[in-house]
Amino acid sequence: MLAANLAFPLLTAAILVPLAGALLIALVPATRREVIRPLAVLFSATTGAFTLWMLGAFDRSDAGFQFATSHTWIEEFGIGWNLGVDGISLFLVVLSGVLFPLTFVAVTPKHDPKAYYAWLLMLQAGCIGAFSALDLFLFFIFFEIVLVPMYFLIGGWGYGQRIYAALKFFLFTMFGSALMLVGIVSLAFLDRDAALERSEVASEELAGLQESIDVREVSGVDVPQEEYDRLDELTASVEGADQLTFDLVEIAEGRAEALAADQAAIDAGEMEARDSWNPLDWEAAKWIFLAFALAFAVKVPLFPLHTWLPDAHTQAPTAGSVILAGVMLKLGTYGFVRFGLYLFPDASLFFAPVIATLGVIGILYGAVVATMQKDIKRLVAYSSVAHLGFIALGTFAMTTQGIGGGVLQMVNHGISTGALFLLLGMLYERRHTYDIAAMSGLQKATPVLAGVFTLVMLSSIGLPGLNGFVGEFLVLAGAYLTLKWWAVVAAAGVILAALYLLWAYQRVFHGEPTEEDLATPDMRVGELAYMAPLLVLIVFLGVYPKPVLERIEPSVAALVSHIEGATDFEEPTAATSGFSGEAADDHGDADDHGEGE
Amino acid sequence: MHALLANLTAPLQAADEAFDPIATPEIEWFTIVPLLVLVGAALGLMTLTAITRRPLFGGFYPLATSVAAIGAAVCTWPIWDRIQDPERGPFTALAGAIGVDGFSVFMTVVICSSVVVAALLADGYLKREGLDGPELYVLLLLSASGGVVMAAANDLIVLFLGLEILSLAVYTLAAMHLRRVTSQEAGLKYFVLGSFASAFLLYGIALTYGATGSTNLVEILGYLTQVALFDNGLLLAGMAMLLVGLLFKVAAAPFHAWTPDVYQGAPSPVVAYMASGVKAAGFAGLIRVLYLGFQTYRVDWQPVIYAVAILTLLVGALMAVVQTDVKRMLAYSSINHAGFVLVAVQAATERGVQASMFYLASYTFLVGGSFAIITIVGRTGDDRHTLDDYRGLAKARPALALVFALLLFSQAGVPFTSGFFAKFYAIAAAVDAGSYPLAAVAMLTAVIAAFLYLRITVSMFLGDVDDADIPERRTLPVPVGAAIALVICVVVTLGVGIFPHVLTGPAGDATAVLVGF
Repeated sequence: MLAANLAFPLLTAAILVPLAGALLIALVPATRREVIRPLAVLFSATTGAFTLWMLGAFDRSDAGFQFATSHTWIEEFGIGWNLGVDGISLFLVVLSGVLFPLTFVAVTPKHDPKAYYAWLLMLQAGCIGAFSALDLFLFFIFFEIVLVPMYFLIGGWGYGQRIYAALKFFLFTMFGSALMLVGIVSLAFLDRDAALERSEVASEELAGLQESIDVREVSGVDVPQEEYDRLDELTASVEGADQLTFDLVEIAEGRAEALAADQAAIDAGEMEARDSWNPLDWEAAKWIFLAFALAFAVKVPLFPLHTWLPDAHTQAPTAGSVILAGVMLKLGTYGFVRFGLYLFPDASLFFAPVIATLGVIGILYGAVVATMQKDIKRLVAYSSVAHLGFIALGTFAMTTQGIGGGVLQMVNHGISTGALFLLLGMLYERRHTYDIAAMSGLQKATPVLAGVFTLVMLSSIGLPGLNGFVGEFLVLAGAYLTLKWWAVVAAAGVILAALYLLWAYQRVFHGEPTEEDLATPDMRVGELAYMAPLLVLIVFLGVYPKPVLERIEPSVAALVSHIEGATDFEEPTAATSGFSGEAADDHGDADDHGEGE
Repeated sequence: MHALLANLTAPLQAADEAFDPIATPEIEWFTIVPLLVLVGAALGLMTLTAITRRPLFGGFYPLATSVAAIGAAVCTWPIWDRIQDPERGPFTALAGAIGVDGFSVFMTVVICSSVVVAALLADGYLKREGLDGPELYVLLLLSASGGVVMAAANDLIVLFLGLEILSLAVYTLAAMHLRRVTSQEAGLKYFVLGSFASAFLLYGIALTYGATGSTNLVEILGYLTQVALFDNGLLLAGMAMLLVGLLFKVAAAPFHAWTPDVYQGAPSPVVAYMASGVKAAGFAGLIRVLYLGFQTYRVDWQPVIYAVAILTLLVGALMAVVQTDVKRMLAYSSINHAGFVLVAVQAATERGVQASMFYLASYTFLVGGSFAIITIVGRTGDDRHTLDDYRGLAKARPALALVFALLLFSQAGVPFTSGFFAKFYAIAAAVDAGSYPLAAVAMLTAVIAAFLYLRITVSMFLGDVDDADIPERRTLPVPVGAAIALVICVVVTLGVGIFPHVLTGPAGDATAVLVGF
């Protein structure tokens, strides 16, 4: 509340502070290496504090964008530094704010701490920027810039195949986003063309009105004030028509309005199908949506564009994996929600079955492939493919529960997979291997580590009472309403998740320990300390997800009604009652809902 | 045949009547001050060294060259002021031979900046190679004067003159390194192929004259607007020949074959100039001819440029990836960049010209900085250019590696650098003109080309380092001139990447006239 009143640009600060930190660290002389890590923690924690402040000041009843800032950047193209968060992006911003300082505390690089922390801080700035950008161009810039630090992190501090993994990561993602830039530019220009077309109609009206007013003025007849107002209105719309804009809200709302008009005409039987140039030709909308979708599908990643992910995750240093899984993959799913559903309700609806199918394939494929991995880090990487498949399914179910569950699942996945990668980092530090077969019976030597691992793993599986369950349940419940059979098949993924994770756990922690296993040291207090916040969140969000859900829900509900207004999509009634109230009550008996279908 | 003859004679008769043999053109001297400064400085430098036989003081030549180039750029200020004055606007001078408009002024400044960067690089290079002398600087200035003439040429003959002044100097520059066989080879290759291209250009001028009765671009435009040619084979052939000549200069495929060999062989500072100044001048000529003279024939040349752009983009990106020599890599990558400029050119709109100008201006500093690094890493003999020679540079000279990485990432189109906006504006121009497939192809080739930049970065930062090489690389000397050039390039790259309007503003002001003629 304070933030809203003081108009302190929290979001801008959350982007610039880590950037300033990165610059400052780059300037630290070689003789003062010891200050680098504290500086990095300080700057990223300050950013984290800003995001937590936002969380506290967030108005949960408001579905629109909050903490919004808007400055013109490139006037000619109508590009602005437009930032803002709503319920959908809020928790992703907070996740980016909090996860970074946590990994700084948790993991120290083996060499070159200066470059390492500088890149990570830049990455933090980029992630927060991408989640809060409300300008298409600005979003693209942040979406693209995060590749550079991650490329250097994987390549510079990764394991054996790091260079291959880094190159693959960079090129795959850049390939995806290359066409998105064309899509963004096309969208802006087509939007302007449509505005020009509207302005032609308006200018005809304007000319007529002007003439009739002139005639009356000359002859001394009174002209009503409404006509003058209308005149000003028309003049304004004609004058500003050739101005380009990349403003997300402006374009999306304009599209929705025109689509609604089309839809009304279709419903009234005046028009057969959606084919007007109003504001976007339906064909063009499909192509542009595909250009966006490709970028996001690579980032999520959706099957079959996922092949970069296992390599990148496995070869990245622990901090890289945590950030990659915890924050960066969400750029894809978040993109689908914000720039897919919101910007292209029509095309999203059209392609929903395809993307949902890819999501479901990802769920099953990721799970099956994960089961067969010998390398435990790779196993977790493939489990991400499966988890993000759930999010894609929920998003394209287009129901309040599905999308909301997807958003929650993004946060959950960030917490639990982030935690899993941190634990794997600890294992590697102790044993210098990720090979499942090389370890067994660790439970005897490291009971605490095993216990923490169990909790995190169960959260990832989706055990009721832990955070993973709530999201998965909502996704399946929401998807069942519109994409029934997809939900049915996806539910099998829940069982498979239990299979591969439990089996891996069994092989590593149960069985007969060798001498080497017995010599493995247990978790230290310090390690437990930085894991503690994540563990608390895992349990808290599982038992009482309401504080999160009630912030997500208004924005998601607004998004769904935005889609409903623009297309012939109607959300099935069972889902409209919302979820933030129910979900917490539901999960006691809902345990068989997931797979019971 | 009859129709053809009629076509040929009609304008001639018209011209005969208008021709007054006694009138001598009035020369508006102030419009060619930049040109005079460049030529004067070149001649002065040559005379001075003939008298003193050695530089007045260390670094005199690069200093004098830079001052001359900056001076020439500064002298454009009053011209720019006059053009931007809404009451006066752009005009033609020297009996219509040169066009004094925002475009020519902008390109003059771009060419002058490329001279400054090249001169700064040349200083350390020539001393290192034991070749110090005024020749390179004089040729650089003369070549730039040719470029300036091209940028302002409003007459095909003047354009040809400019092109030849530019090219002859550059042929010599390419062969400048006396002891390197590859340098001699590069010079000869460039000369033979370049003369061939010039012949095409000249023939194109002749045919165009035959078809329209004039070599003056404004008159050509006037003629083509008034007369509808039913049989325009002659004109189209002329246009095609003109295109061949100009596309050769900008290294567009399929006229690019000389580029990798010449770039590889020529002295590195000279390559920096060839990739920036010569390319800018070539594009300036191309844009003047197409946008001004053949404006009404846009429907005919647009598809040609479209096809050439696609080919250039693909050849540049695909061939760059398979090279192992960094100079060759950047040669192919410069072909890819030329493709991007063509993407903007084919839009045939004001936005297209603006985007090409922005691209050329920002690329001048990108490529200048990149070749500064290549000059430094090339060491004495200028032959350490394989990827292996860059291995471990990040350990040995972190600042150098970081700067190179920045310039490479900018060339790849990473945001917050000038290269990103250059690509963005080119794409926007294409999309605005409805060329969606071209925009998509361009971006995809940018991804392919990114692989090449990443390969160099991998080599510098991530490659397995042989510790034995590090001490040797740690001693890589960075001459003062090169350091200054690098600072300039980095500042421009980042500055324009964050505040693009410092460049789009002037570029936008500069376009108005040329296109809307």
